[in-house]
Amino acid sequence: MKFSFSNEQEQFRTMLRRFLSEKSPVSEVRRLMATEQGWERDAWARLNSDLGLSAVHIPEAYGGQGFGFVELCIVMEEMGRALLCGPYFSSVVLAANAILNAGSEDQKQTLLPSIAAGETVAALAFTEENGVWDSSGVTLTAKAQGDGYRLDGVKSFVLDGHTADLIVVLARKPGTSGDEGLSFFTVRGDAKGLERRLLKSVDATRKLALLKFNAVEADLLGEAGAAAAPFARTLDQAAVCLANEMVGGADHLRQSALDYVSMRMQFGRPISSFQAIKHKCADMLVDVELAKAAAYYAAETAAEEAADLPAIASLAKACASDAFIQTAKETIQLHGGIGFTWDNDTHLWYKRAKSSEVFLGSPKYHRELLMQRWNV
Amino acid sequence: MSEMTEESVRAEVRAWVEANWNPEMDLVQWRNILADSGWGMPAWPKEWYGKGLSAVLAKAADSEFHKTGAIGAASSGVRLLAASTLFDHGSDFLKKKFLRRIITGEDNWCQLFSEPGSGSDLAGAMTRADLKDGKYIINGQKVWTTSAHHAHYGLLLARTDWNVPKHQGLSYFVIRIDQPGVSVQPLRQMNGHASFNQVFFTDAVVEPDHLVGSLGEGWKVATTTLMHERRGAADGIATAGRRGTKRTGRAYDQERAEIAINNEPYTWYPQRAGRADLIIERAKATGKNSDPVVRQEMAKLLTMYNAAQWMVRRARAAQQMGRPQGPEGSLGKLIGSHVARASNSVHTLISEADAMLTADDSPMNGVIAEILVSTPAASIAGGTDEIQRNIISERVLGMPKEPVTGMDRPFKDVPKNTVSQLPNKS
Repeated sequence: MKFSFSNEQEQFRTMLRRFLSEKSPVSEVRRLMATEQGWERDAWARLNSDLGLSAVHIPEAYGGQGFGFVELCIVMEEMGRALLCGPYFSSVVLAANAILNAGSEDQKQTLLPSIAAGETVAALAFTEENGVWDSSGVTLTAKAQGDGYRLDGVKSFVLDGHTADLIVVLARKPGTSGDEGLSFFTVRGDAKGLERRLLKSVDATRKLALLKFNAVEADLLGEAGAAAAPFARTLDQAAVCLANEMVGGADHLRQSALDYVSMRMQFGRPISSFQAIKHKCADMLVDVELAKAAAYYAAETAAEEAADLPAIASLAKACASDAFIQTAKETIQLHGGIGFTWDNDTHLWYKRAKSSEVFLGSPKYHRELLMQRWNV
Repeated sequence: MSEMTEESVRAEVRAWVEANWNPEMDLVQWRNILADSGWGMPAWPKEWYGKGLSAVLAKAADSEFHKTGAIGAASSGVRLLAASTLFDHGSDFLKKKFLRRIITGEDNWCQLFSEPGSGSDLAGAMTRADLKDGKYIINGQKVWTTSAHHAHYGLLLARTDWNVPKHQGLSYFVIRIDQPGVSVQPLRQMNGHASFNQVFFTDAVVEPDHLVGSLGEGWKVATTTLMHERRGAADGIATAGRRGTKRTGRAYDQERAEIAINNEPYTWYPQRAGRADLIIERAKATGKNSDPVVRQEMAKLLTMYNAAQWMVRRARAAQQMGRPQGPEGSLGKLIGSHVARASNSVHTLISEADAMLTADDSPMNGVIAEILVSTPAASIAGGTDEIQRNIISERVLGMPKEPVTGMDRPFKDVPKNTVSQLPNKS
């Protein structure tokens, strides 16, 4: 297990941070989050043509750059820091990994190159209105019909589901339950019988959609009835990526709070000279650095495809969720009244912290998973 | 002379040990041979019982030496802090008098810095050293002195000038413990152990040539000792003590006796850290692993416990790569307190009614009870959580320093503690 980034990885991070601070300043975040789509094809294309970000961890055989989860997680951390508005988590993390984990060689050859190039934006539709994150909550059915399948049911909380060109859908054979009878399918975003609606979400930088499937024609992805394992793996990998994204957001907030208290004068001195403030900032650093240690360890675990990935993914997700929301609360507190205003940027990250806290499962849920995965 | 490499150093160590080591030798006799060879302390200068090797080569020499199974220089307790301090500030007279006996282990050392009236504010020491008839006469009280009851010498911080601000009036001495004016009394802790002592000075005597550094430079010298202590603690050498081996031979027997004495104050230290490592085992043994609330608390604790270990590994890896120290290197002490506190709570949740019992009525033959009454030390010893937060916010985050009062006036005019909470029982 490696406990440090290589010089190349550090350089990649430095370059990426500079790039994102130029291309995705808060003014741009605010502009895009106010749109229904939440991102723009031109800006998204530039991001991928300039740096190849959407290709970073996809193998070269499928048009990617062939780096691993450590590099992917560096991208996540920096995007979390910049609060980038783009379909990265949906397309590159969730959908591409589902295809990588479940797809046949042919399907990977067909589907991944355009996702890697950023030309196709994909989404993964797995959760339903019951809000269950694992496969036990799947009720949407897939019926074989002729050469293909027809999907019926509703998916919810689908990240970028209203704008994606390609939707990877988790469905089950009628009459099955649990891990049995689960399959992945692909559906075009404009497929007949698919009704898409943007959900009103607290975190406007993370667009969620409700998708209604009414006898939608779909192509099977991978093996019929065998999606449970690749789906579980996709979720673990996504939890690791989300943990790293949260760490970036938390670190941004921690620094912004420190900058503010260093500048804010009250009682004739900067409030950063008060011990109550100093100790809070020290505690925030502890929270963020612990979460970093967990998130980085999880990234390395995913990169090495280690056997304890499920446990470590849950550990990192719970740890980073708690650290992010705690940091967000304290950052508002340290800003005082100004921190509660719309004009101050803190609430953008606070809302991201809130949505990330529960997205892919709450800290409580992942702590219970951790105990199960450690056989306690 | 050909350039030394790790390989050549290792080969030299092996050859030397093979030619000289005999486990039936008397331990002190052997360590004298070791001191003359320089291989006991390869990083020390050649003229002072060392080999003058760089840190990297010395580490290679030490690890090779360890592999041979031969007994090395005495290294536990405060003796290496004494040596480092003497190298930085001591006269040749003091180095000649003490360094060899530090290697041989003939002298044990203790550190006489903290006082009942000055804990976090170490520079507020009130133990006095007054020059009378050519000797320093020491009066006052020190506390938290580990192993003072086995010590021959102590590193003493005492006030020699009350008419200057507090940091400027301190001096640093080596004091002989075994003398009529020094009374060592064990200090019983809330967990029943007595790992530390109080040391009372009543007209104790220090010869002027046992002053370390110049008169009035005591704070600077003490800072050196503390820096070496932190570095040592980071390397895990200063306090951990050596594990005994099962090898036979007179020297090994003598070393085992030495280790038993050195390790005795530390038997409860693992419990002080909270023993998060026992949590899963205990939950399974009690059936509390089926309680969802307990499972949540266990997961919280074990997440923090693991993340803290990974953070330390990251700090170490960065150091090995020669990168500047990041924040991860400064947070361990404070996080250790959090882990200890949380472990205490979870052990209580798991043990429930049994948490009321102690000694062999308590689970795991008293280990659980010892955890429950030992973790409060974690957030105090070696710098309280509050001091740690000051250090983190000031040195890592660059926030303004705490205002210091009294620096503009003589120490005698600064408000001080007047009531001793710890009476002299002699």
